[in-house]
Amino acid sequence: MKRHLISAADLSVEDAILILDTAEEMSQVASRPIKKLPTLRGRTVVNLFFEDSTRTRTSFELAAKRLSADVINFSAKGSSVSKGESLKDTALTLQAMGADAVVIRHSASGAPHRLAHSGWIHGSVLNAGDGTHEHPTQALLDAFTMRRRLAGAPDGGPVPHGEAGDGTGRDLAGRRVAIVGDVLHSRVVRSNVHLLTTLGAEVTLVAPPTLLPIGVESWPCRVSYDLDEVLPKSDAVMMLRVQRERMNAAFFPTEREYSRRYGLNAERVARLPEHAIVMHPGPMNRGMEITAEVADSARSTIVEQVTNGVSVRMAALYLLLGGADLAASDSGR
Amino acid sequence: MTTSQTTHLIRGARPLGGAAADVAVVDGLVAAVGDGAAAAAGEGAHVVEADGLILLPGLVDLHTHLREPGREDSETVASGTRAAARGGYTAVHAMANTFPVADTAGVVEQVKRLGDEAGHCDVHPVGAVTVGLEGKQLAELGAMADSAARVRVFSDDGKCVDDALIMRRALEYVKAFDGVVAQHAQEPRLTTAAQMNEGTVSGELGLAGWPAVAEEAIIARDVLLAAHVGSRLHVCHVSTAGSVELIRWAKSNGWDVTAEVTPHHLLLTDELVRSYDPVYKVNPPLRTARDVEALRAGLADGTIDAVATDHAPHPAEDKECEWAVAAMGMVGLETALSIVQHAMVDTGLLDWAGVADRMSFRPARIGRLDGQGRPIAPGEPANLTLLDPAYRGTVEPSGFASRSRNTPYRGMELPGRVVATFLRGRPTVLDGSIA
Ligand SMILES: [Zn+2]
Repeated sequence: MKRHLISAADLSVEDAILILDTAEEMSQVASRPIKKLPTLRGRTVVNLFFEDSTRTRTSFELAAKRLSADVINFSAKGSSVSKGESLKDTALTLQAMGADAVVIRHSASGAPHRLAHSGWIHGSVLNAGDGTHEHPTQALLDAFTMRRRLAGAPDGGPVPHGEAGDGTGRDLAGRRVAIVGDVLHSRVVRSNVHLLTTLGAEVTLVAPPTLLPIGVESWPCRVSYDLDEVLPKSDAVMMLRVQRERMNAAFFPTEREYSRRYGLNAERVARLPEHAIVMHPGPMNRGMEITAEVADSARSTIVEQVTNGVSVRMAALYLLLGGADLAASDSGR
Repeated sequence: MTTSQTTHLIRGARPLGGAAADVAVVDGLVAAVGDGAAAAAGEGAHVVEADGLILLPGLVDLHTHLREPGREDSETVASGTRAAARGGYTAVHAMANTFPVADTAGVVEQVKRLGDEAGHCDVHPVGAVTVGLEGKQLAELGAMADSAARVRVFSDDGKCVDDALIMRRALEYVKAFDGVVAQHAQEPRLTTAAQMNEGTVSGELGLAGWPAVAEEAIIARDVLLAAHVGSRLHVCHVSTAGSVELIRWAKSNGWDVTAEVTPHHLLLTDELVRSYDPVYKVNPPLRTARDVEALRAGLADGTIDAVATDHAPHPAEDKECEWAVAAMGMVGLETALSIVQHAMVDTGLLDWAGVADRMSFRPARIGRLDGQGRPIAPGEPANLTLLDPAYRGTVEPSGFASRSRNTPYRGMELPGRVVATFLRGRPTVLDGSIA
């Protein structure tokens, strides 16, 4: 494992499976009466959030606390723009406080990369989402969820809807994933394309041409403008949040037309294979990219994804910070 | 005729890279070249040993940001022109996007006077095309042309004159005093929030793209407008292969269109942005290797008339931050000649006569400068640059004369070094240092 987790592209297949397998072990902690390991006792993890995201911040905070780390939440919203407190000054402050890991969320693409490579701090940097670039732990939790659902049965196949298997040691070879919606502005997509491809899955991006980046044809995935054509061939379909303000920049004509062409409703779900799952990184626009009926159905993994996020982030923090051997620390309880 | 203050004998230099010849500089003029130079300089002349060095006409920059008035923390006229002299320049055009904007006779005269007082090189202020660079109302172009600054180049650089009617009127109006409109070609709607070249790299990095067509669409429109009204158009910092094609087409029609390219667009590509280091953030953005190749070819065949630095100094705090909020631009005066040698001469695309043409003769003509960009011949003003092409050195920004250090070449080994610069016979640089 490298010292930082900036991009899903930095993960080898061995790294990725190690994190997912470690997350399986971590997930068992959550089902105990005392949900805590002493692994990172004495270590300091800083949640440095330049952009609001209660969900992601809470998930990282919970993950660090379950590993017994000291957690500092450092909200620096807006400071990058006002330049009142620069990224550099903030980093120097965190360095002075002795941060062992900095979990950074930032509206500017590349800010975690800059933090990790500037020499301003010495600890590990975890990217908790940067601009429209990447969100690697989101991709890891998505992959974890897919692995459990689609390769979690004892024979390595899918488990029945509503059940969660154990995918330990497995990859996602041959699984077909459709990612649908605002690819252009999605950090989740960039990380998922890298990670899912590394794990052997086949990814198809589905979006109107205005919401696909220039150069997407060079990405290791397929591209389609037609959701109905892609659904029957998908083991998982991941719906992306569409921001309503995109309409003003003429990315698509109306919300109604968007929903009609790219929204996931019960009729479309019926076109999916029996075992296929429906995913969403949240928060959802119910009625826009996904109907309430679909979001709340047994095929939906949306709530599970949130739970799995904590396990995956525990695994990432544990591995990046080179915590004590897991089995040893566990037996110490 | 033999006072050491005003008389120099440059011994054994190669004018425009040709055969070695002695050059006598007397009372601000080139007195003699070759046989008879020693006699013309006389016994007491200050001798500059220049064996193996290249002698060029003093370089002329069409595109310099001196930042004064208003951003003296980045650069001043004095520091910027010191940097220019160090880079071999004897004249620079100072862009109008200062605070206040150079959109009146008063501001351009102030900048000119500051340049004269500093004395490192001639400063020719560029006048804004529109009031406050706002693109709405023409500035008093005639007053600036008639002022002591004798403005001939007008530009809203930093911003595009995107209103087609305003652009047409500006092109028409400057004909009255043989002016030229220098356009920063950037269609604003296509580049809203743009952060880097739009392409595969921007897609991967998640940085908002700046498509080539945003530059090309404006150039296409402007060459048609210039042709329609029969005026002169100059295109600033051309950065794409398509732009080169458009300018080639305009010239083939006989239209009076000229263009410039920056040293960095002749060398660097958008792959460097993968570092997210804002030192590479520049407007227009670094493009692809294919664009670099087309720009080099365009400069070599004369489609692109000039190399212009777009010297854009910024203080460290404006670059030591996230990419998205970092200032755009890089300093260029002190490295331009080295980059051109590296990208164009050492690659065999351009000889030294070609460098003189693209960095002195043609930019001086575009700016309608008297006494700059002249041949190295008896009776001509002695604006000269002496260059050691065999020198190899590592770029160390702490040694820059510029007040800012935002160079992408830190630590890079580059060829060539300006040994001496003469402004009307007076050395502004000797032995590589400010004289
Ligand atoms: Zn410009």
